[in-house]
Amino acid sequence: MNPLARLLEAALFASARPIAVDELAGLDPDASPAAVQSALDELRETYDTAGHGVELVEVGGGWQILTRAEYTEAIERAQLAARPHRLSGASLETLAIIAYRQPIGRAEIEEIRGVAVGSVLKSLLERGLIDVVGRAEGVGRPLLYGTTPIFLEQFALRHLEELPRGDELAIALRTTIPAESPSEAAPTT
Amino acid sequence: MDIDTLVEPALTGQLDFDAPVEPRRLEAVADVATPFVIELSQFSGPLDLLLSLIRDEQVDIYDIPIARIAEQFLAHIHVMQLDQAADYLEMAARLLRIKAQMLLPRNELDEAWEDPRAELVRRLLEYQQMREVVDVLERLGEERRGRFARAYVPQQIAPPTAPLALSLSELLAAIDRILRVAREDVIHDVIARPLDVDGAIATVRAVLALRATARWRDVCPPTSQPWQVLSALLALLELARRGELRLAQLAPFASVLISRESSSQAA
Repeated sequence: MNPLARLLEAALFASARPIAVDELAGLDPDASPAAVQSALDELRETYDTAGHGVELVEVGGGWQILTRAEYTEAIERAQLAARPHRLSGASLETLAIIAYRQPIGRAEIEEIRGVAVGSVLKSLLERGLIDVVGRAEGVGRPLLYGTTPIFLEQFALRHLEELPRGDELAIALRTTIPAESPSEAAPTT
Repeated sequence: MDIDTLVEPALTGQLDFDAPVEPRRLEAVADVATPFVIELSQFSGPLDLLLSLIRDEQVDIYDIPIARIAEQFLAHIHVMQLDQAADYLEMAARLLRIKAQMLLPRNELDEAWEDPRAELVRRLLEYQQMREVVDVLERLGEERRGRFARAYVPQQIAPPTAPLALSLSELLAAIDRILRVAREDVIHDVIARPLDVDGAIATVRAVLALRATARWRDVCPPTSQPWQVLSALLALLELARRGELRLAQLAPFASVLISRESSSQAA
């Protein structure tokens, strides 16, 4: 491997979080973005072809060394590492809505899910998967939520566009959000 | 569409929610009613329950037989004892309102007629789309969960503090500072002092033996300790009681004038 690839490997090994490409480039002031990219490719090639137990993965706008899936059980059995807790169905639903409609307020999420989401939002915030990204213009200036880089990392997404687009889903529907809440029809007597 | 296909005649009069539901229409529920223990988490909300009813009944989502579905919905939330859950009750009320709206006669030629179910259908489709995304996220999350990152920590652990960079002389200097502070005795020793009234009487007598009048200062100098002040005061009062002297204060806070009693002056 060339020296730059070895430097990047050391940095990736030392970091618990994915390292962004420009951060990697900052490790060596003389390295061009193209050189960094080719060094990353070389490193990934080395891991894949030389039969390493780890792989280099592009995730959340950065790069990260991950163990290969086939060793998960052995590692977990030996209690060397533990998988993060699985997200509940309610959390996943809320996260899916936020991922597609961000920035989005709590009322809109509840409209789509049909249930109150206060405690779910709190736990997603605590896990760092979402964050407050602003406030809406409407009455009360409600908080707006969006996903974080940790969300991309925990779902091994390079960016949000990797999620299936609306028209790629089996159920296609208009993606525009109605401007106001559905008008309540006058009660029939 | 014709209204007769939407509302089954057998159900049209049945708006009493607590009335026993028709067995034929609720077989799916009735079969399992007794041992039907469902956790709340089986359905993640009223829309989820509604969708699964629509799937089970194999009805067209764009042409929901609202009376049937509404009734099933009510029966389900009753069996699952969800009828206390506000979110489910709100949906139940919505379904019944749509059902009532569907019952109203309408003019076939009325172009402006809007299907009361339209908003519900839109929400159901939206919800279903979101569930698809959930499936994708679930799969991706599961794949990612199975791969460990370097230095993965399940819980946030406080970083260990760096070892101290400290020379021996600095340590000794610190110990010295502490010992110096510790040497200062801050504990007050309170010792009760007996008053010396007899001594003070002797002092007053000695002063008055030289002059006819004296001031408070003369018997009690400003540097006196509290016990000396008290002794002097008691001595003066005692001598005044015995008639050996006279005490006077010409104005408030003025110095006390001590004068020999005339009789002893004569003596």
